[in-house]
Amino acid sequence: MSAGAVDARSVASTVTDPELPLLTLADLGILRDVRVEDGTVVVEVTPTYSGCPAMGVMRADLVLALHRAGFAAVDVRTVLSPAWSTDWISNEGRRKLAAAGIAPPGAAPARAPGPVPLQLGAVRRTAACPRCGSPDTVEQSEFGATACTALRRCRSCLEPFEHVKEI
Amino acid sequence: MAHEETVYDALTNAHDDAGHWAFGTGFDDPLAGVDTTVPDGVDPADLGVYCLMLGDDALVLAQRLTEWMTNAPELEEEVAFGNIALDLLGQARLLLARAGSTGVLGRSRTLATGSIPDEDALAYFRDADEFRNTALVEAPNGDFAQTMIRLLVATTVRLAVFARLRGSRDPVLAAIAAKGVHELTYHRDHAARWVLRLGDGTAESSRRARAGAAAVWPLTAELFTATDVEARLTTLGVAVDPVDVRDEVRGVLTTVLERATLTVPAWPAETPPRGRQGVHGPELADLLATLQGLARQHPAATW
Repeated sequence: MSAGAVDARSVASTVTDPELPLLTLADLGILRDVRVEDGTVVVEVTPTYSGCPAMGVMRADLVLALHRAGFAAVDVRTVLSPAWSTDWISNEGRRKLAAAGIAPPGAAPARAPGPVPLQLGAVRRTAACPRCGSPDTVEQSEFGATACTALRRCRSCLEPFEHVKEI
Repeated sequence: MAHEETVYDALTNAHDDAGHWAFGTGFDDPLAGVDTTVPDGVDPADLGVYCLMLGDDALVLAQRLTEWMTNAPELEEEVAFGNIALDLLGQARLLLARAGSTGVLGRSRTLATGSIPDEDALAYFRDADEFRNTALVEAPNGDFAQTMIRLLVATTVRLAVFARLRGSRDPVLAAIAAKGVHELTYHRDHAARWVLRLGDGTAESSRRARAGAAAVWPLTAELFTATDVEARLTTLGVAVDPVDVRDEVRGVLTTVLERATLTVPAWPAETPPRGRQGVHGPELADLLATLQGLARQHPAATW
């Protein structure tokens, strides 16, 4: 990898998610590749959810950051496959989430080919309280303020918190 | 171009004169950088129409769910409908962009929209008879129970189709489906758990759930008959013949309704596809008037 590509990667790695600005795109695992092709910085990103409204802003932020670092030609490309999984959130990203009071995701459910089994019972996701550490927490709402979070409440300290749901 | 001073400048300046689409968000082509070559032996026109079918289902259902905003019985469910609608809208954007990449726009008779991205042109400037969604998704919401039962049926069908499309010979469609399966699993199971609560809840919630099922079931009549486009693309390994998901869909729905202590209504006699051929009720025109009105009256609007 050329020095230019290393520099470009370090610049792209500092760009943050507009909805979770504590996390960089690298922490989130959506920055898939940064390389230089014929003098153009090619950045590959993958959306979290199909409808993630932050993608356009992320693309613009990447272009802006690389322009400011002196890279005139920037091409931000989307990759759809393989689909993003919360398993790609880095350990550093998980630490930052917990420090910000957001419970990081557990392991994503296993994916198998064929029909997807119906789950009618109570949702068995678990998450320790990011404030007091208690494992005794309950889901309040399967959907939260952003596509990637659910709402939970701690039964020990009684505080509500967001949880990045596993996909 | 001078370096932009703010992110917002970048949003509006980075995309040439089409920067105001989609509506000032700067959300440019969701398939930017994706190889959209049509696989060998596949008619691009067929692939485009098939992507419209799947995309229009998602776009129209998202619009129906959005009607619950400020109207849902509790805040959590409003947030849930909003999130589900957003996921579906995202799927619609990808599928309409995929349709656009096959050149489907050039065959549409109402479009003379210049620099507007394909996905926006397809969403905002087609008339009702050019939409390929099924009747199931365009029917009015009804009450909360009926909305939830329609959501259960629609997501069950879509999940079954998408699970199979993960193996499509069109790599773009396969990737869109693989991503969508994760989302649709969450949607379907959410709707299923609500149907359990309603059906096996109070006398009033159970009454409404029964009425909702009675209203939604007839809309399944056209769901499992392939159009010629679907039949041809299934032979080529690109599409899914909807008849292949019928038993699975009926099995899932029967399981949920029985667990909810609801009687499973009789399955309607199957009919030829109508919505997939562009034949719709007046409900779709009403829905599109809301969805498309602003874009048509103020094509350069930004905010």
